[in-house]
Amino acid sequence: MTKEEVHKVVLDIIEEIAPDEDLSDVKPEVRLRDQLDLDSMDFLDIVMELRKRHGVEVPEADYPKLASLDSCGEYLADKISA
Amino acid sequence: MREYDVVVIGAGMSGLAAAIRVGLAGRSVLLLERHEAPGGLNSFYRKDGRVHDTGLHALTNYAEPGERRAPLNKIFRQLRIPRETIDCNPQRGSRIHFPDRSLRFGNDPTLLEEEIASAFPAEIDAFRRLEEEARTFPATDLRSTGLWARPFLEERIADPLLREMLLCPILYYGSATEDDLELDQFMILFRALYLEGFARPREGVRTILRPLLKKLKEVGGERRMRCGVRRLVPAGDRIAELELDDGTSVRAGVILSSAGRVETDRLCGLHPPEAGNLVGRLSFVETIHIHEGQPADWGWEDTVVFFSRNRPFRYRKPEDAAVDPDSGVICIPNNYEYPEGRALPEGIVRVTAIADYDRWIHLPEPEYRQAKEEWLERLTAVGREVLPPPRGEPGPVVATDMFTPRTIEHFTGHLGGAVYGASEKKKDGRTAFRNLFLCGTDQGFLGIVGALLSGISIANRYALAIEGAAAVEGAEYL
Repeated sequence: MTKEEVHKVVLDIIEEIAPDEDLSDVKPEVRLRDQLDLDSMDFLDIVMELRKRHGVEVPEADYPKLASLDSCGEYLADKISA
Repeated sequence: MREYDVVVIGAGMSGLAAAIRVGLAGRSVLLLERHEAPGGLNSFYRKDGRVHDTGLHALTNYAEPGERRAPLNKIFRQLRIPRETIDCNPQRGSRIHFPDRSLRFGNDPTLLEEEIASAFPAEIDAFRRLEEEARTFPATDLRSTGLWARPFLEERIADPLLREMLLCPILYYGSATEDDLELDQFMILFRALYLEGFARPREGVRTILRPLLKKLKEVGGERRMRCGVRRLVPAGDRIAELELDDGTSVRAGVILSSAGRVETDRLCGLHPPEAGNLVGRLSFVETIHIHEGQPADWGWEDTVVFFSRNRPFRYRKPEDAAVDPDSGVICIPNNYEYPEGRALPEGIVRVTAIADYDRWIHLPEPEYRQAKEEWLERLTAVGREVLPPPRGEPGPVVATDMFTPRTIEHFTGHLGGAVYGASEKKKDGRTAFRNLFLCGTDQGFLGIVGALLSGISIANRYALAIEGAAAVEGAEYL
């Protein structure tokens, strides 16, 4: 999967877990937490959805790699098959 | 034998929430409930064409839908239930009523501050500091502080009357222990009652249960009603299988039990010596009067009144009577801000008081009925004394009902009819077995919102099988 496709995957998940967030202008290089009202419960749900939808297990040590859309792209592109 | 990732015991608020979280994580889940209706303590029943709620006086922790950080809204978000489906009508105003002092409070905490500033001017600064502490206290951390509320209050509020008045609603809305409660629970309830406040769905608890059941189905959760657990079969330090009431057995990787602490031990065949002391001593009777008309029309305008007719205020199992009529709660579900033209069709007045389980449980049927009638009449008189004198005649009473500790034990399975469960909570939910955890009343979060949070937190921590989930605590909600 391309990094751009990963962005879409992550945004789709956020849309489901936090439907009242405006996702039209999320900057890929900025930490998600700094531009959206997400807390650690929401990050838990992102990890949960990645496993459920795409079979990806994210170990706890790698949670920081989910910080921004760009870092998600780097980290997940090879892990999710297109 | 069927095998599930997770089996949840009890379809009350915590069990439903836990099962939904497991389903959302894509794991297989079976939810078991012994009764025909879901809800546990917060269920409902039909009688003569009316639907009565069993537990719900008020949904605490009121928050407007837009307040993202509010516990109420976060909980429904974690369950992926749109907050808008939970019809929440805020209270008109409640009251703490003591012999010669009364304090009003509402969903805006400034009302209580003003009342305290006027009735206890020397204490208002101390009270404001207490509010600040309650806002920041990590009460939903899954570790217990081991501290108690009374000594904590004594260090902060000098006037014993104000301390008793502040404790009265908090004890009545959630304490499993007599005259005091653990500090964590005090803080949860202080926030829930005084900082956030009350609301009620117009149709009562069914409005909350319906979307929970729907969501459980959506996420693939399986639910079996009229099917309790007969036995949890241990093998070493794990529960190997569950024997069900219908004679079948199932296996589960993880079991979450909302049956109660001692109750769950018993299902495992454990009878620890301290069990007798752990069974809660606090049970209640509640009378329900249905009137023609709206109680506010004859001057009964309070949403909830927490009263003590004597001092010091007692929150104890009565020693020489079936009921202690000296303190209690009066709830008038009509007195919420329903939309124009959507007032409840009839007036409802509910009076709750502490009851002695042992006296009620041993009465033979005719004496039981007689005792119910006697206390219905006596608590009606207490209600009349505590509520303001009616302007004109109250609307005629068209129906009454009453529940007792016997009813509570029957429908909840809580030993001793203990509404708020065991006297000692197990905040981390752990048991003697590696794959069995407690959620609900005996885990220690309180009220409907607390019970939902309990189910979510315990499921997140032990049943999602996500590395790192354990580090995300209930505290994150606050």
